[in-house]
Amino acid sequence: MIPQQPNVRVRILGIQWTRVCREMKPPPFKYIAAGSIEDATSALADNGGDAKVLAGGQSLVPMLNFRLLAPAVLVDINRVPGLDVVEENADGLAVGALARHHQLQTSPPVGARYPVLAAAIGHVGHLAIRNRGTIGGSLAHADPAAELPLIARLLDAEIVVIGAAGPRIIAARDFFLGAHTTALEADEIITRIDLPALPPGTGWGFEEVTRRAGDFALVAVAATVSMADGQVTQARIALAGVGESPARASAAESVLSGQALEDDAIDAASQSARDAVRPSTDLHASADYRRHLVGVLTGRVLNAAWRRTVREAS
Amino acid sequence: MAITVSMTVNGAAVSGEVEARTLLVQYLRDHLGLTGTHVGCDTSQCGACVIHVNGAAVKSCTMLAAQAEGATVVTIEGVADGATLHPMQEAFRDNHGLQCGFCTPGMVMSAIDMVTRHPNPDEALIRRELEGNLCRCTGYHNIVKSIAAGAKAMAS
Repeated sequence: MIPQQPNVRVRILGIQWTRVCREMKPPPFKYIAAGSIEDATSALADNGGDAKVLAGGQSLVPMLNFRLLAPAVLVDINRVPGLDVVEENADGLAVGALARHHQLQTSPPVGARYPVLAAAIGHVGHLAIRNRGTIGGSLAHADPAAELPLIARLLDAEIVVIGAAGPRIIAARDFFLGAHTTALEADEIITRIDLPALPPGTGWGFEEVTRRAGDFALVAVAATVSMADGQVTQARIALAGVGESPARASAAESVLSGQALEDDAIDAASQSARDAVRPSTDLHASADYRRHLVGVLTGRVLNAAWRRTVREAS
Repeated sequence: MAITVSMTVNGAAVSGEVEARTLLVQYLRDHLGLTGTHVGCDTSQCGACVIHVNGAAVKSCTMLAAQAEGATVVTIEGVADGATLHPMQEAFRDNHGLQCGFCTPGMVMSAIDMVTRHPNPDEALIRRELEGNLCRCTGYHNIVKSIAAGAKAMAS
């Protein structure tokens, strides 16, 4: 049995000092361990916007430690059964909101059907963070430079949420309203993320530039390209780190549509993506550098997608 | 708000009353006196607080004690076999894998987790997997050597 040591006593300079172990990094809150989705939504409804959902806690707990947030109530959803299930179906993949990043990255259907998602997750924090962090938490946190919101926009994910008024489905393009701001109401939680199936032979690419491994991206770019008869039938390009929310480079996507995927088309699309963004300057990078990265990384992900479509088609 | 938490730490059942906002690392250090797990940054950057929860490496500064209810926790104090160091600890000693020692508990816990998943890691993999552990003495070269040696020792 390990002894309890609520206080630490030491003798220094002949004086008995007692360090009372009540120093707390996070501000005080009421903790509710929800046993079901209904428990969680009613706890959120009861506390009218002054409650936060605790999933993996990999963004929330650091923010509490910094006292950037002081919610009255934390609703812990980690014990809600079945919320972490990853399931293939006819339409694609249904990912439970509580699926941990590492679990998702190493799940066979993700590797086989959404390799771009597995590649993106590899850039989220560090392994010990990926062991705790969840996809639902990442989407709800909505960091402008985070990988999973970017992939949700890229793949046109549908985000299934539930609140006191019942469930609803929000398209990824309508979900992210700004930096750390989503379409979730105060009493709603994400329960599932539906990823539509990609056409067979879809090529993909993911690239990001960070100052250090595991940091949020200065710029991240992801693409999928589907081809038929040597022509692009659908190109999707998504960008993070260049605005308040992840966005699609729709002008660049249009440049590729109906074209053969070759150097000229890729150059034109990269140029178009770069010209369309209006990034801001901050401590980490200038707007010009970010714009430059958008052009370079868009070229790289489209080349990667090209290689992969060619390989899979042959 | 006070809550009761119960978990298994280094093979022993422990239970105690804590404030709800108690971080797992604070529970280990301040309540259980297990000060081998260090607090570097409080924000998941540095890896000094890495422990194993239900067999997976996590940063104990960004997990509440309440979230470890019922969990099996292993800290640096729990990896040696009595007076015999864990092979990974021994490898850090043999290869001068520590300087000031502050990052070492987290390094060793991450290294054991790494070798459990990748029994035969090459240097590139070790360096990539150490992305979440910072050594401000910058002693990475010998840490990488230590982990390679520890992996061999763990296999035998």
